[in-house]
Amino acid sequence: MEKYIIEANVIEKNSFEDKYCLLKLTAAQPFPDMRPGQFVQARINAASVFLRRPISINFMDKEKNVLGLLIQLIGNGTRALAEIRLGDKLNLILPLGNHFNLTPHSSTEAKLLLVGGGVGMAPLLFLGSYLKNDGYEPIFLLGAKNKCDLVQLKDFQKFGTVYASTEDGSYGEKGLLTQHSILKHNSFDQIYACGPKPMMLAVAKYAAANSFPCEVSLENSMACGIGACLCCVENTVDGNKCVCTDGPVFNINKLKWLI
Amino acid sequence: MADLKINIRDLALKNPVTTASGTFGYGTEYADFMNLKKLGAIFVKGTTFEPREGNPYPRMAETAAGMLNAVGLQNKGVVYFAKHIYPKIKDLFTSVIVNVNGSTVDSYVSCAEIIATLEHINAIELNISCPNVKNGGMAFGISASGAAEVVAAVRKVYPKTLIVKLSPNVTDITEIARAAEAEGADALSLINTILAMAIDVKKRKPVLSTITGGLSGPCIKPIAIRMVWQTFKAVKIPIFGLGGISCWQDAVEFMLAGATAVQIGTYNFIDPTIALKIIDGINQYCDEQGIKSVSELTGALET
Repeated sequence: MEKYIIEANVIEKNSFEDKYCLLKLTAAQPFPDMRPGQFVQARINAASVFLRRPISINFMDKEKNVLGLLIQLIGNGTRALAEIRLGDKLNLILPLGNHFNLTPHSSTEAKLLLVGGGVGMAPLLFLGSYLKNDGYEPIFLLGAKNKCDLVQLKDFQKFGTVYASTEDGSYGEKGLLTQHSILKHNSFDQIYACGPKPMMLAVAKYAAANSFPCEVSLENSMACGIGACLCCVENTVDGNKCVCTDGPVFNINKLKWLI
Repeated sequence: MADLKINIRDLALKNPVTTASGTFGYGTEYADFMNLKKLGAIFVKGTTFEPREGNPYPRMAETAAGMLNAVGLQNKGVVYFAKHIYPKIKDLFTSVIVNVNGSTVDSYVSCAEIIATLEHINAIELNISCPNVKNGGMAFGISASGAAEVVAAVRKVYPKTLIVKLSPNVTDITEIARAAEAEGADALSLINTILAMAIDVKKRKPVLSTITGGLSGPCIKPIAIRMVWQTFKAVKIPIFGLGGISCWQDAVEFMLAGATAVQIGTYNFIDPTIALKIIDGINQYCDEQGIKSVSELTGALET
């Protein structure tokens, strides 16, 4: 897919307890087609930040030409990015990377489980909306520290059934999402996961043990985002592969994880 | 409009702005963002005789105004390059220069011999300065005798333009520069990355899998300018200046210090179109200064 450098405008900004920031952006030109799982490289105008930051696409409204980015304020880059104000411009390179398997099954009755931990939920909203639009009924399993961190709960509910785990038990089941009861005595035709590495590893083990097809979206630290610098590599059965161009989505069978 | 053309032996460049090896892939990665034929040249990814998987992840750490990398020359080897990559890039209508690496003198020679057979590649950049490989690389570039040995051996088998890329991780870069010139190098490029390190204080561990890596980006520019200036006074062959260039003023600085041409490196990651902006900026600067040919800038520093 052709890549573009676009000056986007911030038209809406919602902050959630200094932990998350949801940006809605538009641009003078139409955003190109983007697929769930792809990401953007955002340029941050702060002296303390040198490199762009990869941010997954949270949603895309093609008709209104609005792009959504959900940012977790985790380091100096994302904190500086969240300082952006309404009306400010944000320079983006997009769309980058591959995408989730968007035709997971011949039947729309297939059971598709989308597992998101923390800010790893972000690309699953876009994926869920896409799958719902194609007639599937996605099942979401979301994990967070507490109810407040489930910042897009209502949006997820528009596209499918939502199960959740919170560490403090303030919403859904108490504990880690990998301990959620929905994972017991159920079978899935496709699992998609995005979140912290230990979570994805646990989901991958669960999928492998039950022979459920499973894709994970990785977030290795990255410099260029376009396959030039070879910094973000993941060790796969085919050797070191760039997460930015061969990923971020990988089938777990391709990874050299101890599953 | 000033004459931006540069000639380095039989290598004719449309302008003095090129892209540095390891930051620009094989050029095609940037084709969506620019017309590649506007570039003076593209120095493609470091290539070795044998395929290399590179170093384990993590390979990158952001620093103040720069970054560390420890990629470790990941590439599919020169035979794969000649067969599968060369056909895709030979007609880019700009000069394509291959960055040649090795772990032994023989492996540098074998790699250069294969590149010499590729009609549309008019120069190699002999990399004796990669800090991220255990054997070879910088080991040859940190002594005059090591540099002389590998440059002499490659010179025998490589008839086209031979550029030697120098390491800044030395006490006196001019000594290495003179050794390369004496053994027949046609040009030099400097500087490669500076050996450096970063620590994750929470984990009490190095950020990079290799502990140390190469520092690049605007933070190294003043060091690079100093080394270009010293080297310009020490040798007669042309210099490609690089190290932290992020705007046309930086490029002009390098030329005034003695560079005949420049390479844009890490900043390609921040602004993939920066090289074209720098070409335009140099052109405008020349017009404003009444300079007819960009080559007048080389070494025009007044001290």
